Amino acid sequence: MRLERRASVPWTLAVSTPFVAIAVALALSAMLILAAGVNPLLAYVEILRGSLGSRLAVTETLTRAVPLVLTGLAVAVAFRARFWNIGGEGQFYLGALSVAWVGHNLISGLPPAIGIAVLIVVGMVAGALLLSGPAYLRLRFGVDEVVTTLLMNFIVILFVGLMIEGPLRDPLAFGWPQSVPVDKAYRLPDLIPNTRLHIGLLIALTIAGIIWLLLARTVFGMEARALGLNARAAEFAGVSLPRTIIGVALLSGGLAGLAGVIEVTGVTGGVTTTMSPGFGYAGIVVAMLAALHPAGVVAAAVFVATIFVGADAMSRATGVPSFIADVIVALALLTMLVALLFSSYRIRR
Amino acid sequence: MIESLDLLFSASLWAAVLRIATPLIFGVLGALLCERSGVLNLGIEGVMTMGAMSGWLSVFLGSDLWTGLLIAAAAGALIGLLHALLTVPLGLSQHVSGLGITLFASALAYYLYRLIVTVGESPPTIDPFRPLDIPILSDLPFLGPVLFVQTAPTYLALIAVAVIAYVLARTPLGLAIRMTGENPHTVESQGLDPALIRIGCVMAGSALMALGGAFLTTAAFNSFFPEMVQGRGWICIALVVFSSWRPGKALLGALLFAFFDAYQLRLQTVVEGVPYQLFLMAPYILSIVALILVARRAQVPAALMTPYRRGER
Repeated sequence: MRLERRASVPWTLAVSTPFVAIAVALALSAMLILAAGVNPLLAYVEILRGSLGSRLAVTETLTRAVPLVLTGLAVAVAFRARFWNIGGEGQFYLGALSVAWVGHNLISGLPPAIGIAVLIVVGMVAGALLLSGPAYLRLRFGVDEVVTTLLMNFIVILFVGLMIEGPLRDPLAFGWPQSVPVDKAYRLPDLIPNTRLHIGLLIALTIAGIIWLLLARTVFGMEARALGLNARAAEFAGVSLPRTIIGVALLSGGLAGLAGVIEVTGVTGGVTTTMSPGFGYAGIVVAMLAALHPAGVVAAAVFVATIFVGADAMSRATGVPSFIADVIVALALLTMLVALLFSSYRIRR
Repeated sequence: MIESLDLLFSASLWAAVLRIATPLIFGVLGALLCERSGVLNLGIEGVMTMGAMSGWLSVFLGSDLWTGLLIAAAAGALIGLLHALLTVPLGLSQHVSGLGITLFASALAYYLYRLIVTVGESPPTIDPFRPLDIPILSDLPFLGPVLFVQTAPTYLALIAVAVIAYVLARTPLGLAIRMTGENPHTVESQGLDPALIRIGCVMAGSALMALGGAFLTTAAFNSFFPEMVQGRGWICIALVVFSSWRPGKALLGALLFAFFDAYQLRLQTVVEGVPYQLFLMAPYILSIVALILVARRAQVPAALMTPYRRGER
């Protein structure tokens, strides 16, 4: 009996891999829930009840999934080309901040649909520009983008703090540091009345579809993937590394910036330094659980949102710290990595 | 203006430099050890968080401070083992595995902390390491209060630099480690196992990183709270590049960085009308600038991030 690398992974196996990974992650997390003196099954039922148990809960979970789809896509696009954009959090915030600035009164008078379109472009450009810095530094000086994008997260969040305590401060927020709100006319309409779910969900799904086409059916997508599989071979075959990396960076940063736009115009209205519970970092988990596939990103985002939204309710009901959500999600990333590896081998007798 | 220059000559500034540098020295040494053997360890931020939590928690639960450090180091080594198993025998992407380890280790640290310490008004405290007042030496003008009134872990960090530098440069083990980072196949031809060397280095390096985290909760502060590592791990990863993978330069880099950090903290109180966030940004911007300056002539270990598979080239 020996292990042999598969020439290609059958789609049934590819689709079942994340489920196996998630099952293992849940089994491992169960030990930690036991340590809290709570029956893990009960805790998991409470998580599901909290995130999917009622109409309102489902809409909350989907609302949470929207930015995760976009940050997940941002990571998937970048990682496919082995461009390590870990700066989704920063791009999210810069997208959000730029929209609060432009959307507050700079574009007043525009019809809502056009105004929202302008804001989307503004936020995407902000995110794309932010990531083009690390991309340039990598191409020009050979600086590893992992560290630069990570460090930029801290810089951007401080910058957001500076702006919302200074020029963009909301004077009506009674000392609470918060940015001026986006003009009411340019908020995303609700998808279902009396819930927080907004049409950002449809935007995110559309974008996922577009990215799928872009990656699977265009020269750019092909070149990005070739670069990720074997950069030297790709360059030899005529793929321009600088052009593709810049393209990937602009797209990836733009998507993460868009997540910020959607969250501000759809949910919060204004920007605070705590508005993201780690959407940028969770995007890494989402993308990896999806094996970097855009369709998978949507499913993985819903999964991660389910865990996060449900964990708060579960914590209230059972007393298990809600940090268990972060543990489950991080473990799922690690088990997925291992599962992906194993699924690419088979046992031969 | 005069005031901001006066700051440079105050002993308290330079004492603060050593104090601020200590977690960075541990962290950068740990990262350097991992990378010298060929493994990038982006788990550092999570390992430091875990070290900070576990060191603090064991003291909170009744152990003495040194046992706390030992437990932190052990916790770090265990997480390092996980990263090593994923990246060495399994050969998974060191980038993605490391990020996963950071997410996992921080989440686990927060979870375990919340499991034992219930939510209160303010985080509970422990009795931390006190500055050693070394007799006679601490009475020296200027040098005394800078060098000889630090807490014990700071001296441990300085000793660790010397030990790691000596081991890497002057011992057979160090040669084997450096070779593993440059060309693991030559190590194998010497009858050594590159995989074992890498696993050992990642565990030892992670233990050092965890000590850096534990310094924060048992010496610099006396409590643990979320987000307290604040990117120090990522800064260490940048400092390793800045140091060209050399322990002596790594110490220098950590001190230089800590100097700017200590100086900006004091400038905040002297310079008025500048938003404090600009000062806080400085360390991160500085790290990026440092990376740009050295990136072109960095002597990267040749086999860094290349998984080792026996018989494969």
